[in-house]
Amino acid sequence: MNIDRRLFQLIKKERAPFILSIISGSIASGMLIAQAFYLSKIIDGAFIQKSAINNLIPLFGFFGLFSILRMLFNWSSQTEANRGTLTIRKKLFTLLTEKVGLLGPIYTRSVQSGKLSTTLLKGVEALDAYYSQYIPQIFFALFTPLLIVAAIFPDDWISGVILLATAPLIPLFMILIGKSASAMTEKQWKTMSRMSGYFLDVLQGLPTLKLFAQSREQRKSIEESGENFRQATMRVLKVAFLSSLTLELVGTIGTAVIAVGIGLRIMKGQIGFQPALFVLLLTPDFYLPLRQLGTKFHAGMEGVSASKEIFAILEQPAPLHSPGVPAIQAEPFVRYPLILNNLSYSYPGSEVAAIDNITATIAAGKTTAIIGPSGAGKSTLINLLLRFQEPASGSITMNGRPIHEIPLEEWHREISWVPQHPYLFNATLKENILLGRADASEKEISDTLEKTGLLSFVRTLPNGLETMIGEQGSRLSGGEAQRVALARAFLKNAPLLVLDEPTSHTDPELEAALRSSILELMKGRTTVVIAHRLETIMRAEQIIVVSKGRITGKGTHDELIEAGGFYRDALKLQQEECV
Amino acid sequence: MKTFIRLTAIVRPYFWWMALAALIGFATTGSGIGLLMTSAYIIAKAALQPPMAALQLGIVGVRFFGLARGVLRYAERLVSHNTTFRILAKLRLWFYDALEPLAPARLLHFRSGDLLQRIVDDIQSLENLYTRVLAPPVTAILVALLMWVLAGTYSLQAALLILCFHLLAGIGVPLLTMLLGRGLSVGIMNRKTDQQLLALDLIQGIGELQVYGRLAGHLEEMRSVESAKLQLQRKNAIVEGLQESLTGLLMNGAVLTILWALIPIVSTGAMNGISLAVITLAVMASFEPFIPLPAAVKHLEADRHAGKRLFEILDAKPETSSPAAPVPFPANRAIKIEKLSFTYPGSLTKALDSICFSVPAGQHIAIVGPSGAGKSTITSLFMRFWNSSEGGISIGDVDISLLDPEELRRNISLVSQRTYLFAETIRENLLLAKPDATDEELRKALSQAGLINFASKLDEWIGQHGMKLSGGERQRIAIARIVLQNAPMIILDEATANLDGITEKEVTDTLSSISRGKTMITITHRLKAMDQYDNIIVLDKGKIVAQGVHENLMNREGLYHRMWELQHATPAVLTEVPE
Repeated sequence: MNIDRRLFQLIKKERAPFILSIISGSIASGMLIAQAFYLSKIIDGAFIQKSAINNLIPLFGFFGLFSILRMLFNWSSQTEANRGTLTIRKKLFTLLTEKVGLLGPIYTRSVQSGKLSTTLLKGVEALDAYYSQYIPQIFFALFTPLLIVAAIFPDDWISGVILLATAPLIPLFMILIGKSASAMTEKQWKTMSRMSGYFLDVLQGLPTLKLFAQSREQRKSIEESGENFRQATMRVLKVAFLSSLTLELVGTIGTAVIAVGIGLRIMKGQIGFQPALFVLLLTPDFYLPLRQLGTKFHAGMEGVSASKEIFAILEQPAPLHSPGVPAIQAEPFVRYPLILNNLSYSYPGSEVAAIDNITATIAAGKTTAIIGPSGAGKSTLINLLLRFQEPASGSITMNGRPIHEIPLEEWHREISWVPQHPYLFNATLKENILLGRADASEKEISDTLEKTGLLSFVRTLPNGLETMIGEQGSRLSGGEAQRVALARAFLKNAPLLVLDEPTSHTDPELEAALRSSILELMKGRTTVVIAHRLETIMRAEQIIVVSKGRITGKGTHDELIEAGGFYRDALKLQQEECV
Repeated sequence: MKTFIRLTAIVRPYFWWMALAALIGFATTGSGIGLLMTSAYIIAKAALQPPMAALQLGIVGVRFFGLARGVLRYAERLVSHNTTFRILAKLRLWFYDALEPLAPARLLHFRSGDLLQRIVDDIQSLENLYTRVLAPPVTAILVALLMWVLAGTYSLQAALLILCFHLLAGIGVPLLTMLLGRGLSVGIMNRKTDQQLLALDLIQGIGELQVYGRLAGHLEEMRSVESAKLQLQRKNAIVEGLQESLTGLLMNGAVLTILWALIPIVSTGAMNGISLAVITLAVMASFEPFIPLPAAVKHLEADRHAGKRLFEILDAKPETSSPAAPVPFPANRAIKIEKLSFTYPGSLTKALDSICFSVPAGQHIAIVGPSGAGKSTITSLFMRFWNSSEGGISIGDVDISLLDPEELRRNISLVSQRTYLFAETIRENLLLAKPDATDEELRKALSQAGLINFASKLDEWIGQHGMKLSGGERQRIAIARIVLQNAPMIILDEATANLDGITEKEVTDTLSSISRGKTMITITHRLKAMDQYDNIIVLDKGKIVAQGVHENLMNREGLYHRMWELQHATPAVLTEVPE
């Protein structure tokens, strides 16, 4: 009955609530039979025995009692299953988010962010129906009908046999029709999501449609696609719903057959009125859990397909971070150079190495500029330093020790990072800056604002530092975002600085201001900078020229000019262009 | 309530479809009641040992209702799905109609697809307004009426009692669950919004979170929001379980009460025992349509919120509207901009501050300046995405606000930094610019845009947002579009900013060849091949700081000169980073 092994595994650790749920549900089934028994007794008493109502009071009492008990047990069965489900969901959510955290930026950049967030949020939620409804229902679909048949058998074995004979028809039809129908339905749901994708596309492209004065024309397409979709879907559903028709018919015709059968047997005196009514009352309840399994199966399947995405993430190989021995606090971090030994890395699925056997020394307390054309491997090198990626071979060592042996968090504690496109969190501007150091004083914050040239910008904001930025707040320009990243680095005050210089040359005043703050930030720190400005390149104590993953030149500006090659050619080309 | 009324107004055209579906839904439940009633009739009648023929009516009835229930259920599902799809199509159209005049000015805050996706989800959830909210109460009321008639023929007292229980199940239980669950749905929805933002921060800001040691804290925050959500969902599940159990309990209560009321009548002989059995089973079956009612109330709440969010967007006043009597597009294409000022809503500073310049017909001019200078605001005002706060733009001495905006846009070709491509074929994306273009024209436009290799791939699907195309190809598609559009005026707004050096040169060359003889405004922050322009306008902080041809501007110390120097200082070959 399609129980996903990995999903079922998760229940094993949360057994108690599910077992309680099943026990409560089973007791409730028992109460159901007791209710039917007393109800048939009451009607029999009044109708056949002609008893006075006072003689029936105990029966009324029992019926009422079992009604209340059944309600309570049913309720507890549901809430218990729900409790267990929520524990599983919480656990899965924690596992998932932690895994994404572990996989880091290289992974999140490689997947569509919308899809990932859907898996994180809606995917786990979709499992709810699977655990809280589908799994318990598998049990009840087996147990309750059998219990009912067992209760009926002593009184009327013929009806029991009829029920037992028709019951397998339901799962049989479900499998027979369900398979082809569910394939069709699935295809249709895909079309459905493509439809909503199309609509989203139109909404996002609305400005473009307006530019070409086509926005009103588009209306017709929306109308047509909706109509086409409806017709196609209805064609599919006409077939798909046949399954529910058959299921329904098995239940209703079963009831009809039993009613007629026992009616005839009463006439022949083979069965009394009371047991006959008892059987009749239980017949719909015999088919009900089986039919419910059908609907809950569909709700559960949504979870199963969502779980595929979830397990795909959970089973991603995580970069191996050795726990390591924390020791760097003892020695001033900045005193030791970083040594790259035969460092190589290639992206999964790529034949070409992004970084190919690089060996270099990054001097302590000095600035090393990395330059080269796009795709040369500059970003990969930085990612390795930031330990977003682990080298395929070779190592980066500091004081004779591979940095990959240092616990990741400790390594990150010693690094400030100013990326080319800094991410702004959905929080206030202040909180975004305080990412650098949460406990910075007001004075430190205002100094930092001053240094990064953010002060005048903050003044133009309606709520100053408390202005919300990020997804739902005000939008910052690229230059402003850069300055926020610089402010974070200033506050963090870490000995190692990794910098990705902005490429755009837009605002001379801004650039001058930024440059002086960047220079101040670099002072006395081991700095690795992907450089785009001649001035930065010339000031660097060491320049590493990379091309196609290899180092093609190393040295100071003067040394590289002296040595000739790519560096000088490039500079010369530029000079000629300017003349 | 107002939101609900507005929502129902949208689905009103489908009133007859909905009525039909509700009627069939009622007939389905009615058949269920009939099935149990006739079954009870058979065995009760049989118990009195009548001649065989007396059972005939019951046997026919059982067979009829047994079949009818299955068939009617099938019909009901078909009709209600059909109605749902019609409503969905209608909702999309309605939303599009309302949104179209608002784009893009009023939609600025939906910059990420994720938020727009939520809107689409909202619409999707409203499609069930009929099946989940409107239909269940209608069916319940009809069934209650049916029971009133059935029971009323035997005893008014019984009918009244049943009505009481129906009222309790139909109004009391939903009301109680609404009270108990008040705020739960809204709370869950708010948590989900928080989670979406937190997930976005995790996925896109994970690098920053790692380096700044905030990953653990962020994950903790995500977990705590998840826990809060789960807690609310648990409460919700308990309330939901309660309502289901309560409806069951009410059904049993109704059965008991009706028996209590009718048995004395049976004892006196005023009513026969068969009717007693028949009515009891009818009462049991009549509670089926009351089970989904509390859920309907809940869906109503959710739909009301979804509706409210949609109306909030749609109730915005469009930024621009078509004049009542638009002036025909002037034959003289000289552009004059006079004292043009603009301030974005919510901003304290003017994006444009009293700008004046003119472009004689057929001239090519450039507008340059640092980012944030207000360059792109000019484009938005030109295309009438926004209206100027002061001053205006005129073409051939006609203020553009007097023209039909669609007519205006048809006469201006715009290529911006990011070309929006629809998830369609190349043909569809091109036809936007000229809906009646022949394949021959399309191929010619592609070859003029330098995409000759695409001429044979007109029917190729280009992926979500044109993902299958490179940055250069996308811009070339945009160029092919303007070739097809063949408007007398062209605006290039950072059209080549995302391209690498070589591609940029090629695209620029193509552009200048197709723009010959047309009025063209180029907006750029990259100063390249500037001597081709008849006039260059230098913009800074919303004001014109200099104006003239390249040579003149270079001879002056100023922003233009400084920008030029800055951009030509570093060899591009060393560091060029195409997107």
